[in-house]
Amino acid sequence: MTKTYDEMWGTEDALRAPYSQFGQWFEGEDPARLRAKQREAEEVFRLTGITFNVYGQAAAEERLIPFDIVPRIISGAEWKKLTKGIEQRVRAINAFLHDIYHRQEIVRAGRLPAEMIKNNDAYLPEMVGVTPPGGVYTHIVGIDLVRTGDDDFYVLEDNARTPSGVSYMLENRETMYKMFPELFSQTKVQPVSQYPRSLLRSLSACAPASAEGTPTVAVLTPGSYNSAYFEHAFLADQMGVELVEGSDLRVVDGRVAMRTTQGYKPIDVIYRRIDDDFIDPLTFNPESALGVPGIMDVYRAGNIAIANAPGTGIADDKAIYSYMPEIVEFYTGEKAILQNVPTWRCNDPESLKYVLDNLPELVVKEVHGSGGYGMLIGPTASKKEIAEFRKKLEAKPGNYIAQPTLSLSTVPIMTKAGLAPRHVDLRPFVLVSPNGVDITPGGLTRVALKKGSLVVNSSQGGGTKDTWVLED
Amino acid sequence: MLGKTAGGLFWMYRYLERAENITRIVETGQRIALTRNQENDDEWASVLQTASVDLGYFEKHDELSSDLVIDWMLRDKDNPSSVMSAVTAARNNARQVRTALTHEVWEAMNGCWMRLRDALKRKVNERDLPHVLGLIRQRTALVRGATHGTLLRNDIYDFARIGTFLERADNTGRILDVKYYVLLPSAAAVGSQLDNVQWETILRSVSGESGIRMVYGHNPSPRDIAAFLILDGRMPRSLYFCAKKLQDNLGYLAHDYGSTATSHDLAVQLGKQMKERSIDEIFDGGLHEYIQDILIALGELSRQIEVDYRFYE
Repeated sequence: MTKTYDEMWGTEDALRAPYSQFGQWFEGEDPARLRAKQREAEEVFRLTGITFNVYGQAAAEERLIPFDIVPRIISGAEWKKLTKGIEQRVRAINAFLHDIYHRQEIVRAGRLPAEMIKNNDAYLPEMVGVTPPGGVYTHIVGIDLVRTGDDDFYVLEDNARTPSGVSYMLENRETMYKMFPELFSQTKVQPVSQYPRSLLRSLSACAPASAEGTPTVAVLTPGSYNSAYFEHAFLADQMGVELVEGSDLRVVDGRVAMRTTQGYKPIDVIYRRIDDDFIDPLTFNPESALGVPGIMDVYRAGNIAIANAPGTGIADDKAIYSYMPEIVEFYTGEKAILQNVPTWRCNDPESLKYVLDNLPELVVKEVHGSGGYGMLIGPTASKKEIAEFRKKLEAKPGNYIAQPTLSLSTVPIMTKAGLAPRHVDLRPFVLVSPNGVDITPGGLTRVALKKGSLVVNSSQGGGTKDTWVLED
Repeated sequence: MLGKTAGGLFWMYRYLERAENITRIVETGQRIALTRNQENDDEWASVLQTASVDLGYFEKHDELSSDLVIDWMLRDKDNPSSVMSAVTAARNNARQVRTALTHEVWEAMNGCWMRLRDALKRKVNERDLPHVLGLIRQRTALVRGATHGTLLRNDIYDFARIGTFLERADNTGRILDVKYYVLLPSAAAVGSQLDNVQWETILRSVSGESGIRMVYGHNPSPRDIAAFLILDGRMPRSLYFCAKKLQDNLGYLAHDYGSTATSHDLAVQLGKQMKERSIDEIFDGGLHEYIQDILIALGELSRQIEVDYRFYE
């Protein structure tokens, strides 16, 4: 097996160029001071309230996502290349969504099997023929990237529903500014703090024609018990818009309106952080108390923008993922710039056989799973785990896809014994509006804190790092 | 502003005020226990009563002791008005209305909750009590300071203030309600040490012991104490002061929103009701009845504010 690519040291233990200034600075630092800083950072996070609730644990328990002070550094040139690929992919996703909810040209052209859509829970028949205000489906996208070499980036997953984590991108940077101001005066790092303003601008640009004057934007949260509540409040606060819950909203005179101290006031754009199924109890899950009865009628009448549009989940479905190279090519007429991880669809008998024969080498994921749950990482799983997973896979092959275990790049983290490499991924945040695609330089770097672990999810022992894109 | 946000601000500051008031009463109890010679747990019964937390206490405990009372008032989860319960409620409301608060206010509130959660994790022993009480005072004061120093003076501030003064008026009113008998002219004639203790309890519980000295000297009569706590517009915890503030803040809201709400009329009425009568007239009409009328009026005012500003659906 080849040596894992380290973003600071490459494969040859030679400090890579983007890290040269940081490396020099680090050399001159007292490790004890840095460890003290690390603790200080955690205190800042607790005070700010950047906590999350872990599902299935006591509701009152607010946990901190561990933060590591060693930044993940990307050169300006590397970033430029990445953004080209990201923009291409996001444009293709939006074109794909429009197409499959209208003429389904891609199916007619025989590039995507019809059953991929028909039998997919993420495909919403209620959206057929509906064009969202501004024609935008995915206002906010998070593209999960992994790196395996100098020039090798892969898309691991597209998050086209309600990608989270952007508050960590912003707070990680603020914390780094506070703790190591000297680093930022030496090294020119592209700022990320414009994100909330860009988000508001982007959302406002998607306002429906019924909006009068400056559009009224609101963030819809399931409430303060949700694991990402901090982020919802954070974004509403930073954008200077209201943070609403379903119980604050109702349909009044054909518009969605919020209950203010002076009566009901119409909203033009709603950035919803609740799942499709809960948006409207009249259209979807009738048990939902989180959504707004009748909002889908308002939406179909074109009187509110919902970000992201209902039904976008079909684009980040793991089975659809395997068709992304075709999708990108079909809608942009170009080869996909970003690579897909080779994927076996287990509903295909031949692929299934291969996957079953090679389980110890593969990563197997549930098609609709997220958060790192319900997946098997062959190389680190026990024999028993593999045997159990085999049964699940054989029972419902259509539920799974499999991928080779990628050797994700590492970035050092600060440990008691000094720097130590840990695997990372990267989620850049992308905004889409009729005015174009806006990608914040950097994103969220998630890091598996356990030695050798490939699971970066915060719910399973992952941490985060500040992500720098250098001004070249 | 969302109706829910207005409600969240209102309750955040009510609970914050409550935490301070309960602390003050515990401090008073502690102080009196230290300065009186004979061991007398009845004083603690009176402390519980002053804070209106006696019923819950006796449901849970059969005996009365300073330890148990202090624990009940500072940290018992079963007591919705314990300092920890109130601070937690204030913090949860702050979290709900995070977008209406400044960073400073939120961090002060969250920091207050974090520090007190640690300090009140275990039973507070006698030796640590002054330190813990001081910590509560400091941490709540920090929230108040950040509020005054950084919150925009708009409806956000108005609802914060309305919550504060409703709770404060209610607190002073309740203290007077349970202690009114020691302020009656007949009690003055007794002049026993017990009564002085009771007066001291009342004054300390509203941080009025030095204020009254400035106004009435060292030997205030019960009538002076009543006048000071009910009608004195300089005393920031008097009923009249609170009523005036409620009227002011509801007035600012009416001005901002361009329409006067029923609750504003109620607050005006309340202020007027106090202005119209001297302390002697109040005593003539019955101090107890007077206080009770005011507590009822405060309850009505609180409910009307909820309705006027759409706190709930």
